[in-house]
Amino acid sequence: MNDVWAFFSFSDPTVRIVSLGTVFLAMSASVVGTFAFLRKRALVGDAIAHAILPGIAIAFMLSGTKNPVVLMMGALISGWLATWAMEYITEKTKLSNDTAVALVLSVFFGIGIMLLTHIQHSGSGNQSGLDQYLFGKAAGMTEQDLWTYSVVAVLLLTVVLSLYKELKVYSFNPDFAAVSGLPVKAIRRILNLVTVLAIAIGIQSVGVVLMAALLITPAAAARAWTSSLKIMLILAALIGGISGLSGSLISYLSPAMPTGPWIVMTLSIITLLSLFFAPKRGALSRLLKQRRHSQKILNENLLKVFYKLSVERKLEQVGLSVDQLQAERAINKSDFAAAIRRLKRKNWLLAEGEKLKLSSIGLVEAKRVVRLHRLWEMYLSQRLNLKEDHIHPNAESMEHIISPELEALLLKELDFPTQDPHNSPIPYAN
Amino acid sequence: MRKMAMLGDAISHAVLPGIVLAFMISGSRDNFSMLIGASLAGLLVTLLIELLHKKIHLQEDASIGISFTWLFAIGVILISAYTEQVDLDQDCVLYGEIAYVPFDLIYFSGGELFFPRATIISGLLFLLTLGFVLVAYKGLKITSFNSDYAKSLGISTLAWHLVFMSMVSITTVLSFEIVGAILIVALLVVPPATAYLLTKRLKQMLLLALIFALLSAIGGYYLAVLLDASIAGAMVSLAGFFFLLALIFSRLRSRSLKVDAYLNE
Repeated sequence: MNDVWAFFSFSDPTVRIVSLGTVFLAMSASVVGTFAFLRKRALVGDAIAHAILPGIAIAFMLSGTKNPVVLMMGALISGWLATWAMEYITEKTKLSNDTAVALVLSVFFGIGIMLLTHIQHSGSGNQSGLDQYLFGKAAGMTEQDLWTYSVVAVLLLTVVLSLYKELKVYSFNPDFAAVSGLPVKAIRRILNLVTVLAIAIGIQSVGVVLMAALLITPAAAARAWTSSLKIMLILAALIGGISGLSGSLISYLSPAMPTGPWIVMTLSIITLLSLFFAPKRGALSRLLKQRRHSQKILNENLLKVFYKLSVERKLEQVGLSVDQLQAERAINKSDFAAAIRRLKRKNWLLAEGEKLKLSSIGLVEAKRVVRLHRLWEMYLSQRLNLKEDHIHPNAESMEHIISPELEALLLKELDFPTQDPHNSPIPYAN
Repeated sequence: MRKMAMLGDAISHAVLPGIVLAFMISGSRDNFSMLIGASLAGLLVTLLIELLHKKIHLQEDASIGISFTWLFAIGVILISAYTEQVDLDQDCVLYGEIAYVPFDLIYFSGGELFFPRATIISGLLFLLTLGFVLVAYKGLKITSFNSDYAKSLGISTLAWHLVFMSMVSITTVLSFEIVGAILIVALLVVPPATAYLLTKRLKQMLLLALIFALLSAIGGYYLAVLLDASIAGAMVSLAGFFFLLALIFSRLRSRSLKVDAYLNE
């Protein structure tokens, strides 16, 4: 616990630099990644991260130094070239976008590996440390790096804020953006440039593979919570920042633990949780919605059975046994029992010993379902001229969907009919 | 062809935790247990991608990106957590992963001569793939080009999908220890893409892809010796060079076709 306090007091300058650095880094990557995510270009980040390697190798070979600014220039140029190559191949050939991405990724990376091994074998003494670009070393962050990251973060923020509208339109619908006369090419170039920039600075700290996660994963998590771009950007940056902080916390508490992978670990867990549990868009809430819907259908089907047996066959006084009901409609046993329990809880059904009866409010509800079914059959046969033997299956599903407003319109349109096409009476509430 | 070019990349990264776990459980670096671990992890990531994409309705590119980076991160964490107790060299696994260290690849080049195991594995793999393609040619062709049509014919596209995925997974895992992850992706994608630019017929495409792959392999070997650099890296660079040539060629051809059409008018 004391260690945790020591971390959050930020008194240790290394802690200060590393944690602030990773937070800035993760936040800038998340913001850029959100746009890549919306353009369905999530894997482009991975490709650029790999494609930066030959640039670094060539910059080192030409300059002979490991000066980060020189290497960064090389990284930017080859990242930019890779982005251009991917877009050129996608646009000008019949190859699909993901093939172009995989192709550019592997070829650039292959060239990078070739050059890197060539450098190693040529034996110039100070080549070591270049492999840090492959795996990343967050702990080795210096104050100078921190300044670079914060400058880049501010730069990204300025670009995104000043071009917010253009970027929004372009990411959601590039064709519309082009038609409305926006300078699509320029927007794309700017977006590509900031993406390459964010990746190039991040790669030193988290490595090639994990950089891709910093880009996409926060965006995916944020998307689960909201449909508004503004909120999505803020959320993604927040999630990225929190993960950056917790990654550095974990590696501070247990020095054997690498920072980068733990950032990604936290990110992935937050994202998976969001994807499952987010309200509205999460998997769980969708599942619940589906369940509620199928329960409603089952309830209403059961009410119909009650209506048929008790009102139309006059079994009302004696009540109905479960066997009688099950003989009428094939529903599996456990679903059946559950539906009966639900209807009892709503007081739509009354139990008398072993027998069951519709209550007065249950009767109203049952009448409504039967009415909707028969009204819809009426509509199909009268207005759409469907044959009588074709209308039942469709009415079976529509009876659960038709809203009160639609019901009123149907009634008016059909002029309050009393019988359906099969000559069964249409029940009204009173 | 199947819009899954990036899947190879994803699988090759995601096998890392499988390899580490297999190593921790078996306690040895023998290839068989690692192969099983890697295959299981490969299968796991495929399923995870499917789950995210189909059940949670996350877009496909993001599903792939999230799944493999996550598994890769777990792999790296496992390595850092257990290197102290277990004698597993972090660099060895990582370098194997990225095919970074040249020693791996020198074995490969020598593999043709000295190292029967690698040769046997690659030979078997080649026969397996060849057999698979020959047997499955028709099914693959239909499902690759037009999955709706295949569905209407009553062919189970899902079954083919799974078969194909496991094939990609096995190919990736087996070639992994020979050439390394990214370079597998290159060999999976670049030669077919090159061939695709030059022809439309599937048979010709397969043949051309094979020729380009062979040319880049042999040429890459000599280039690597010349530069004293990684063989796999050189092979991929050469494959990329062939692709560039094919790209220029197909652009020139389509331009000359356009000029012809213009002159004929």
